[in-house]
Amino acid sequence: MYHRHKIFEKSGILLTVGILVTVAIGGVVEIAPLFYLESTIEEVDGVRPYSPLELAGRDIYVREGCYVCHSQQVRPLRDEVERYGHYSLAAESMYDHPFQWGSKRSGPDLARLGGKYSDEWHRQHMEDPRSLVPESIMPPYAFLSKRELDLSNIEASLKANRAVGVPYTDEMIENAVLDAKSQVDPFSDNYDALLARYPKAQIRDFDGNPEQITEMDALIAYMQMLGTLVDFETYKAEENYR
Amino acid sequence: MLWMPSWGGMINGLMTLSGAWDKLRTDPVVRMMVVSVAFYGMSTFEGPLMSVRAVNALSHYTDWTIGHVHSGALGWVGYISFGAIYCLVPWLWKRKDLYSRAMVEWHFWISTIGIVLYITSMWVSGIMQGLMWRAYNEFGFLQYSFVETVEAMHPYYIIRAVGGSLFVIGSLIMAYNLYRTIRGDMRAGERRPAEAAALAPAE
Repeated sequence: MYHRHKIFEKSGILLTVGILVTVAIGGVVEIAPLFYLESTIEEVDGVRPYSPLELAGRDIYVREGCYVCHSQQVRPLRDEVERYGHYSLAAESMYDHPFQWGSKRSGPDLARLGGKYSDEWHRQHMEDPRSLVPESIMPPYAFLSKRELDLSNIEASLKANRAVGVPYTDEMIENAVLDAKSQVDPFSDNYDALLARYPKAQIRDFDGNPEQITEMDALIAYMQMLGTLVDFETYKAEENYR
Repeated sequence: MLWMPSWGGMINGLMTLSGAWDKLRTDPVVRMMVVSVAFYGMSTFEGPLMSVRAVNALSHYTDWTIGHVHSGALGWVGYISFGAIYCLVPWLWKRKDLYSRAMVEWHFWISTIGIVLYITSMWVSGIMQGLMWRAYNEFGFLQYSFVETVEAMHPYYIIRAVGGSLFVIGSLIMAYNLYRTIRGDMRAGERRPAEAAALAPAE
């Protein structure tokens, strides 16, 4: 019995194949069931795909590497729930490609950031973090409020998300640019249509500069909707116990 | 379960040295590799431990994780690579020996001090931050705001920066040493094991 392993040790190819087979078995056993378990994502009312402006803001969030210092996952621990809010549900990141759970909190968790601070607070904090939080170590992102938001590929961005499973309709994709522009304008004719497509979308000028749609508009729109889609008054955790 | 293959590998690595432990003093390659195996054992012991819920509740999202991966990346992968490079470069360029063994010693000790500073400061700051996040005051409220934990970690980040710089300096020493080795230089005035072995052993 104990000398059989020499067969593997003496042949590099056999050893490689053996390792591959072993790892494959382990991988299948651990990963495959997740695709069939119903309990991996609970059923929740309210979670919808990101509106084009929010998605553009999310792209800026990813581009600037915010996820390196900020997590987006409140864990079901007493202190985290008290500090940030209701613990995160799997359904809340089901339209995130890629997910933004992060791995390190150099800054606080952002999963329930929406509605905690005013737009003006966000704008000032992004431009000069230490003017609001003197001990902060966050770098300033003042250029965001000057840079025009690039909407040229927002349609393609929605399509790419649809390709990986986000349920954007043809109507949503056709109106992507219009929706993005009208989310910063509460007086637009598109108001009702936008809300119908993206319920609970917040429609207003986010960066305090109505002349221009800036990257700051998109980023604040994204921050203000984080963790706000699920109505926890109606969410019953017990129904998802299996 | 995860401990078994990793510690199997570590024990196998260390036992390879059975009867040759004196080489630690003379052979820089072996020394680097032994330290690498030791870090491997430590970080793979720590890893499964950190996957336990009670430990993870404290360690996750803090610097503890950062310290852990660096003990693996700098300690295990780094040192085994240093050892392999010190061994391979003279072979590849057909040199009799490295340019300087003393510089290998310097590299070894500088980077070891660096990595120890790095890992311990990350442990302390990580555990401290984890504990501060969950601390309650006498009235049952959370005791610290998030930014207070950021402020408290400042000194540990300085220690970490010092430790990391020492590790980089060590690598620069290695780079210079290898450059001279590849050029075919030998640093004068160093005792080499080849000459030492020529001395007749006391019977």
